[in-house]
Amino acid sequence: MFLLPAAIFFIAFFILPMGRLFIVGGSGSRGWSAYAAILTDAVYFNALLATLGVAAATTVTTLLVSGVAGVFLQRHPFPGNRLLVSLLTLPLAFPGVVIGFMVIMLAGRQGLIGTLTQALGGDRLVFAYSLAGLFMGYVYFSIPRTLLTIMAAAEKLDPRLEEAARSLGASTWRVVRDVILPGLKPALISSGAICFATAVGAFGTAFTLATRIDVLPMVIYTEFTLSANIAMAAALSFVLGAVTWLVLALARSAAGSTVAAAG
Amino acid sequence: MNPVPLAIRLEGCARTFADGTRALEPLDLDIRAGETLVLLGPSGCGKTTTLRLIAGLERPDAGGRVLFDGEDVTARGIEARHVGMVFQSYALFPNMTVAENIGYGLRIRKLPIREQRARVGEMLAMMRLEALADRAVDQLSGGQRQRVALARALAVRPRALLLDEPLTALDAQLRDTLRMEINLLLRGLGITAIYVTHDQAEAMALGDRIVVMAHGRVAQVGTPRDIYHRPASAFVADFIGTMNRVRGSETADGFACAGGRLRLPPTGRGAAAVMFRPEDVRIAADDETADLAGTVTASFYLGDRTRLFVDIGDECPLTVESSARCTFRPGQAIRLNVQPDGLLVL
Ligand SMILES: Nc1ncnc2c1ncn2[C@@H]1O[C@H](COP(=O)(O)OP(=O)(O)OP(=O)(O)O)[C@@H](O)[C@H]1O
Ligand SMILES: [Mg+2]
Repeated sequence: MFLLPAAIFFIAFFILPMGRLFIVGGSGSRGWSAYAAILTDAVYFNALLATLGVAAATTVTTLLVSGVAGVFLQRHPFPGNRLLVSLLTLPLAFPGVVIGFMVIMLAGRQGLIGTLTQALGGDRLVFAYSLAGLFMGYVYFSIPRTLLTIMAAAEKLDPRLEEAARSLGASTWRVVRDVILPGLKPALISSGAICFATAVGAFGTAFTLATRIDVLPMVIYTEFTLSANIAMAAALSFVLGAVTWLVLALARSAAGSTVAAAG
Repeated sequence: MNPVPLAIRLEGCARTFADGTRALEPLDLDIRAGETLVLLGPSGCGKTTTLRLIAGLERPDAGGRVLFDGEDVTARGIEARHVGMVFQSYALFPNMTVAENIGYGLRIRKLPIREQRARVGEMLAMMRLEALADRAVDQLSGGQRQRVALARALAVRPRALLLDEPLTALDAQLRDTLRMEINLLLRGLGITAIYVTHDQAEAMALGDRIVVMAHGRVAQVGTPRDIYHRPASAFVADFIGTMNRVRGSETADGFACAGGRLRLPPTGRGAAAVMFRPEDVRIAADDETADLAGTVTASFYLGDRTRLFVDIGDECPLTVESSARCTFRPGQAIRLNVQPDGLLVL
């Protein structure tokens, strides 16, 4: 009974649209082979790979950066700590388009990095409109959320556990490996999953940087608006949704089992 | 099998925290090889800080030194001091089983696998934990966790064992049992042990010597007997057990006070107050020769004995204990004898 509202929500916003999307995906000129085309057609397949690759790279980088920074900021209350945290978490409120423009400001044709590399006697370095630019935008976009999650988790780590490990002879690296990482694992997995899913689907940033980027959300947009190939767009959307869902589900079960093991 | 016990020495160890809190005044302390030393004192007196200085989890302020067998280890971190720690919260690794917890220090030391197994088995047997070897630590009771924590600390054969209120989180009955077990264990191993507690009964039962601390200073160091029967200050006397205090003046033949006269042997310094413990008071049968006369104000039946409060006309009522079979009513007149050798003048 109590699950009824959740069930209605789930059916209305997940099962129905996904089902419809799945059917539309198979109703175009190619029929059901639209799904096969995602794997066989180089354009689609490369876009899928690029999307997953950028998302994976974003996730790993974000977790590394905010993992190290989060634990450090939580541990060391130096003056200006609070200010730094609020600056770092500022992009939380930015829309993807704004992030896109910030990347252009930094690494675009008139960007800071270009000017700097030129001044140093090299070529004007421009990567805003490539996968590297997108990657930078996503990392910038994902760090705030992850940082906050990890700081909250780091606060709950029991310092006595680290002291116990050290008393048994553990080096700093062993303490990180045996105590801190296991303690942060649930937070790392859950924020990593959200980071991955966001990077797979984010459109605003990709759209702003557009020209040379073929990630799935862009391909879907192009198929839909420019080629009016609604079936292919639907098939791609379905696969994108399914992959995202799969990653979230895997992460959830991994986090669940570690939570169960860690009690 | 066990390493030679360690003698520990603190020289002028003070500790001031970053926020300016002076947790410890300069402290000198000698801990003999193989003894169990108990740090006892009220909350906030600096017991944990002292223990953490010895462990290497805190550094003393400039000028303080920590010596292990005469060797200066002040600059050495806990990783390199080779001491075992047992925390009040147990601090077991939640991502490891009981056996993995116990073997952690052995894995760090990269002992051969066969020896690791043998040692973990030995510790499991010693702590009667064999049946729980593969349990997750969150499936253990408090007493079992405490035994795992002890086993983990002892598995690496540390030079000294440091325990910070290891029994405080347990219920009274379990505390008594474990206290006995720990006592036997420490004596069997002959290891130098430093045990922090604020429970005086625990301190009495476990300590070869007790260090009573107050406000970041040592108030007295001595055997449990010394501390109980020859307290060095009014603070120690009041903190350990129950102490009666009677005001009056020393006379040629004793100590005159409200309610009568105590048979105080001459002190030669004109005592103005005398202290004695409840167990040194006898309820007098013969009214004529009794030391003190008073009135019962309250009586508490404790099962094995009865505790009485007796008003003799002084500021505080006396605490007196009698066998459980006698009954007293409030308002009843009572006469008391106090053993002369139980009288203390500070
Ligand atoms: N990290 C710290 N920063 C500032 N002050 C501290 C710190 N740790 C302890 N203190 C202060 O130092 C004093 C001694 O603390 P300590 O923990 O040694 O007391 P304790 O005798 O172990 O007390 P308890 O029985 O409550 O555990 C206390 O006043 C405490 O508030
Ligand atoms: Mg303490």
